Amino acid sequence: MQGIQEILSDAQLDSQGPMWLGKLDDITEEQVVTHLSDLSYKYSPDRFAALVSPAAEGYLEQMAQQAKQLTIQRFGRTIQLYAPLYVSSYCVNNCNYCGYNAGNDYQRTRLSIDEAMADAEVIADEGFRHILLVSGEDKEFVTVDYLCALAGKLRNRFSSISVEIYSMSTGEYAELFKAGIDGVTLYQETYDRQTYRKNHLKGPKSDYDYRIETHDRTASAGMRRIGLGVLLGLANWRIEALAMAEHANYLMKRYWRSGVSFSFPRLRPALNVSDRQENIVIDKQFVQMMLALRLCFADAGIVLSTRERASLRDELVKICVTRISAGSKTNPGGYCTRTESAGQFEIDDDRTAAQVASMIKSVGAEPVWKDWDAGFCSC
Amino acid sequence: MADKLIIAGREFNSRLFVGTGKFSSNEVMARAIAASETEMVTVALRRVDIENENDDMLKAIDTEKCQLLPNTSGARDADEAVRLARLARAASGIEWVKLEVTPDPYYLLPDGSETLKAASILVKEGFIVLPYINADPVLAKKLQDAGAATVMPLASPIGSNQGLKTKASLEIIISQATVPVVVDAGLGTPSHAAEAMELGADAVLVNTAIATAGDPVGMATAFMQATQAGRLGYLSGMAKGIATANASSPLTGFLRDGE
Repeated sequence: MQGIQEILSDAQLDSQGPMWLGKLDDITEEQVVTHLSDLSYKYSPDRFAALVSPAAEGYLEQMAQQAKQLTIQRFGRTIQLYAPLYVSSYCVNNCNYCGYNAGNDYQRTRLSIDEAMADAEVIADEGFRHILLVSGEDKEFVTVDYLCALAGKLRNRFSSISVEIYSMSTGEYAELFKAGIDGVTLYQETYDRQTYRKNHLKGPKSDYDYRIETHDRTASAGMRRIGLGVLLGLANWRIEALAMAEHANYLMKRYWRSGVSFSFPRLRPALNVSDRQENIVIDKQFVQMMLALRLCFADAGIVLSTRERASLRDELVKICVTRISAGSKTNPGGYCTRTESAGQFEIDDDRTAAQVASMIKSVGAEPVWKDWDAGFCSC
Repeated sequence: MADKLIIAGREFNSRLFVGTGKFSSNEVMARAIAASETEMVTVALRRVDIENENDDMLKAIDTEKCQLLPNTSGARDADEAVRLARLARAASGIEWVKLEVTPDPYYLLPDGSETLKAASILVKEGFIVLPYINADPVLAKKLQDAGAATVMPLASPIGSNQGLKTKASLEIIISQATVPVVVDAGLGTPSHAAEAMELGADAVLVNTAIATAGDPVGMATAFMQATQAGRLGYLSGMAKGIATANASSPLTGFLRDGE
């Protein structure tokens, strides 16, 4: 099987040239209807392209109805909850859309293991059993040893621990897995090489190829859950979606023991980062992307964070979202020890975990706090 | 004589086992379980705090009436399943385990060799093991020899509601088994359950079709009745269909003439 770079390059999905824009525009409503009549819900590049095409915009209701049925069938009437725990806002990268970027001058924060545990206790007391450790690229402080030691303590309170941190080697991921960390979320941000170069000017993250191979390494290391995502707002969303779908298909075929989930972060206002107007993804398009992914990947997790506003989250949990964060603090220590520290981005749903859980119940679903068990890990 | 299902010495009046995932609330789940009249309820160890008797899901299950059957859903290999089963028994004292080893997170199809390996270990440790398997007659025999309390072959991929896609193999398993055969996974409608029981299955396990129905309580009742109807049909000696019609002018009529 070809590697992911070759697959994307052959399909012209790593460069947003005019070819795809033309091809997407040429897709007809008849083609969309044909694909919507196919209830096998299998991925193919043609099917996915039809569902993210401009021609499919008139079929969102039909897509949503199918997506809802499919999500209920595969996941039940349940929504899983998780909380992020930011451990460091130090970062050596220069991503020009992110509040943590190295060029940004502000008071940064690192949590000692005890401080991180104090925040984690608050999260656990709210009911969470799934936690996501988040950090800037701070290899000096957030080392493999730090993460393993923290995971060792977290395992007493949490049944699943994931990380959303810098890209690591297979050996490093294997150590994290051995310590009880079972999931890795890492966004490619953009699959377009040129856009990637423009937005990641310095630091290890500027290496597109190392980043895009990350999930080959996470899956090889045994990780159970691998999270893909593109940062919406950097480039044309339809082509980004096509590339992410190919990436998911590649990972699912090649690393069949790991479960893939999708995230759809939209650019948010961040400290000292100017707002962008280009490539804005409006709600309708945002939802179209989500529906297209569900209708091609019936069993993939669809994750929605507190970057999105409450009213939109309340609607999307009724359709195809399977996992959401709640009560999130995006600043290290934000839950109790350093509540004044600066966050990575502004959140748009500041309801407490309990409020989000009652919202889930009110739409006829069960909030699921625990859907994993520390007993799976040999440590 | 009452038609009872006996597994590992325990008698069950109901031949419908119910799963607990995918319900919209624990309250709906509790009502569906009651309506199903089940006496065997499986719970994913990943979903509950088995050691915590105040766990919301566990509290909603009447364990006086129902045997709680913890399952190892999510286990990727024998080691994980065995570890999970041991921890669950240490925390809860429950010796029953529905053994699920499903390395593929999408179709959740069972890994036969790892399941056999885990079953052999757990049986030796005194567990009552009910393994979830593909409809593989040879594997079913091997598990039976290893001391499994039942075999639980799938009708079609879990959650798919496709019914008895593995019928030919299920018939072989049923004809050969010396332990109860519980048809598990893929039963999407009450008639699927009835069909499995008519084939001679000893019980069926249903989750998605009840939990995701518009009215889970009504659907639980429907599955209860269908399971009973299928069983009664099986016991009552069903008329067999035949491949050809009875011709009104028989070809062999001349043989009756005694010539």
